[in-house]
Amino acid sequence: MYRVEETKLLAERVYQIWVNAPHVARHARAGQFLIIRIDETGERIPLTISAVNGDTVRIIFMAVGKTTQQLATLNAGDAILDVAGPLGRPSEIQRYGTCVVIGGGVGIASTPIIAREAKEAGNYVIGIIGARNADLLILEDEMRTICDELFITTDDGSKGTHGFVSDVLKAELERRPVDCTWIIGPAIMMKVTSNVTRPYGVKTFVSLNPIMVDGTGMCGSCRVQVGGETKFACVDGPEFDAHQVDFDLLMQRQRIYTGEERESLEHYHRHDCRCGGDSHE
Amino acid sequence: MSDRPADERVRDFREVDTGLTPDEAMEEAGRCLQCKKPGCVRGCPVGIDIPAFISEIAAGSFDRAAAIIRKDNILPAVCGRVCPQEVQCEGECILKGKEIPINIGGLERFAADWERIHAPALPETGKPTGKKVAVVGSGPAGLTAAFELKKRGHDVTMYESLHKAGGVLMYGIPSFRLPKEVVQAEIDQLRSMGVKIKLNHLAGNSVTVDELKKFDAVFIGTGAGLPFFMGIPGEQLAGVYSANEFLTRVNLMRADRFPETDTPVKRGSRVVVIGGGNVAMDAARVARRLGARVSLVYRRREEDFPARKAEVAHAKEEGIEFVLCANPVRILGEQCVTGVECIRMQMCDPDQSGRPEPVPVEESTFLIDADMCIEAIGQGPNPLLIRKLPGVEYGRKGNIIVADDGRSSLPGFYAGGDVATGAATVILAMGSAKNAAHAIDRFLRD
Ligand SMILES: Cc1cc2nc3c(=O)[nH]c(=O)nc-3n(C[C@H](O)[C@H](O)[C@H](O)COP(=O)(O)OP(=O)(O)OC[C@H]3O[C@@H](n4cnc5c(N)ncnc54)[C@H](O)[C@@H]3O)c2cc1C
Ligand SMILES: Cc1cc2nc3c(=O)[nH]c(=O)nc-3n(C[C@H](O)[C@H](O)[C@H](O)COP(=O)(O)OP(=O)(O)OC[C@H]3O[C@@H](n4cnc5c(N)ncnc54)[C@H](O)[C@@H]3O)c2cc1C
Ligand code: SF4
Ligand code: SF4
Ligand code: FES
Repeated sequence: MYRVEETKLLAERVYQIWVNAPHVARHARAGQFLIIRIDETGERIPLTISAVNGDTVRIIFMAVGKTTQQLATLNAGDAILDVAGPLGRPSEIQRYGTCVVIGGGVGIASTPIIAREAKEAGNYVIGIIGARNADLLILEDEMRTICDELFITTDDGSKGTHGFVSDVLKAELERRPVDCTWIIGPAIMMKVTSNVTRPYGVKTFVSLNPIMVDGTGMCGSCRVQVGGETKFACVDGPEFDAHQVDFDLLMQRQRIYTGEERESLEHYHRHDCRCGGDSHE
Repeated sequence: MSDRPADERVRDFREVDTGLTPDEAMEEAGRCLQCKKPGCVRGCPVGIDIPAFISEIAAGSFDRAAAIIRKDNILPAVCGRVCPQEVQCEGECILKGKEIPINIGGLERFAADWERIHAPALPETGKPTGKKVAVVGSGPAGLTAAFELKKRGHDVTMYESLHKAGGVLMYGIPSFRLPKEVVQAEIDQLRSMGVKIKLNHLAGNSVTVDELKKFDAVFIGTGAGLPFFMGIPGEQLAGVYSANEFLTRVNLMRADRFPETDTPVKRGSRVVVIGGGNVAMDAARVARRLGARVSLVYRRREEDFPARKAEVAHAKEEGIEFVLCANPVRILGEQCVTGVECIRMQMCDPDQSGRPEPVPVEESTFLIDADMCIEAIGQGPNPLLIRKLPGVEYGRKGNIIVADDGRSSLPGFYAGGDVATGAATVILAMGSAKNAAHAIDRFLRD
């Protein structure tokens, strides 16, 4: 059992939890993730390790389906039955020169830890974080303290640049030499944004989020195509060279259980949750 | 036979073989000739004193029978159920040629079950030696090593990456062949002996190699859990599973009870399983229990199946269709599987393993309609931890190379079970782990 130390609503449907998991906290590095299972009947779901403090680790998630909605109901003092990690390979942090760390939506959760390690490795770090609107933007203050420069975009123009993170990235690439980028967010955003760096020949990492079960290389559920080869994202990744990734296949495989996910959520709202029955999310 | 009828059992996950009653066990034990030079013992990889325990059963002393077995096998309730007896103990029983060999597996299971239910044994642990040993992996190899080391007074910490201990016994072999409470009882016993079991700990990550090196010795029993894929077109489609994924979803995550449990699995109405080993049979029979019509495609002949004979028979009774001498070349579909294209195979000269080599027959492809496909074509050691061990020698297939006593090329690190041998059997994993545990004990006492 792993104790929930602190919870917080960061934006609409986006939650932050600090959970006590010394074995994960001790060795966690940027780019790695953990797997939680809330209770005996729960699913194992992967979440990025977004920060570490002593024995606790931070996860930030959007309540989209059964497990994340249930996770959102936990309070400080509650317990999560299983927390496994750290899993996956750490980000390839080196002294590249100028790095751009880009987060879209809940993908921003992964950016502070990468930005911090990149900074500590001696890079000049530019952050670009974007969301649909100002209310959905998370971790702005934290990123501002870490990055040398921080850009903000919103789809509706309610804050920062009106547009997408890819627009700002393009402008920056035109303006100055960039040596390395990390792009983290929904698959479609990573696909579009990594196409921006391609003509500039800039090293670009994305963090893939296929459906996982064990997270240790044992099932093959997380298989992705990178450079024409099958890779297991949980052990060979989750970060890969963006320009080699088959994003369309990733998105196709993310949809495998759409029907079951809906069924699971409806079942949850009918039976277990105490929220009064809104199952439309 | 004590099997439940096929049409009943395909509707649930309860055990197929209900086991012997005390009367049946005593009667079966009475058939044993108590050979002076028993072939059965030679056939058992851990050399259980089979005539001795059988004679105790014949006499009705079930607890004494169990005690005899336990001297050589700490997981008798498991082995009695899953050993390939027909090529081991029972294959060497003198009665094999004349009549039916003694049901040694059934008797072993009977004694072990009886003991668990009526007189759980309390294993003794030796005087603490002050030596600390890490055991990585909690499959049959890790469980055996932990037991043997704890018994000799060492301080044992076991690391398991999953949320349940037991390895393949928990996530791979379905409950209708091996009820999970049988495995859990063994794990609970280890705990009560004082073995510290750290779940959710991936060695190499949650506990680093440097931290492992702080132990006085390390036993690695991480198994052969890395699934192979055929590498044919269509493998990325929804509905294509490795047997590991499919079985893990059902056995470990209980997807058969979805949506009561949260982990889904595709059920399929027409499932193709590829392979001919125990893993393939298990995947096929699980798919059958989830309601599908199942075809099992195997590239050799029925007599070449590496699976236990009993499971091949069970699969057949349960209506699994065998498509023999055939090999898939392509999985068809747009987003989801719609069929599996196969090619006929011809049996030619024997290959290295002595079995005839299957060779494709030209222009003989045919299509099997399917909405799901499960690949059970084998698995290798997971390289995750092995690659992080400095200077550890491993073979072409990724298995850790060990000396006869289980020593690896990295001082203080021993290995046993599937990670050393490649995918094998429960009893061989246990045998090699026991051997390595004894070597560790000697190493720690020097
Ligand atoms: C390495 C990695 C890191 C991730 N980090 C984060 C994070 O920091 N914050 C965050 O909000 N989300 C993260 N995700 C995605 C997160 O795991 C899913 O949102 C979560 O599993 C949804 O579960 P659910 O039951 O609430 O929703 P569901 O209704 O089950 O699914 C909603 C969506 O999540 C995906 N999903 C479902 N089950 C899984 C699974 N077992 N593994 C992976 N994806 C799944 C589905 O494709 C679907 O698009 C990460 C995924 C991966 C692989
Ligand atoms: C479906 C199936 C059916 C089978 N049927 C039979 C049968 O009928 N009869 C028979 O004799 N054999 C059978 N086998 C084979 C038998 O189960 C294996 O040979 C045996 O389990 C090997 O034992 P092991 O302890 O070496 O490895 P495993 O049982 O594979 O256990 C290894 C454990 O180590 C853990 N692990 C891996 N890496 C790490 C790490 N880095 N850190 C921490 N933990 C880690 C894994 O999660 C796992 O729990 C079957 C196998 C399968 C898959
Ligand atoms: S351990 Fe296996 S081979 Fe040995 S007697 Fe028991 S069933 Fe037979
Ligand atoms: S070989 Fe057969 S008959 Fe002889 S002792 Fe063994 S089990 Fe009994
Ligand atoms: S999640 Fe199972 S292999 Fe990656």
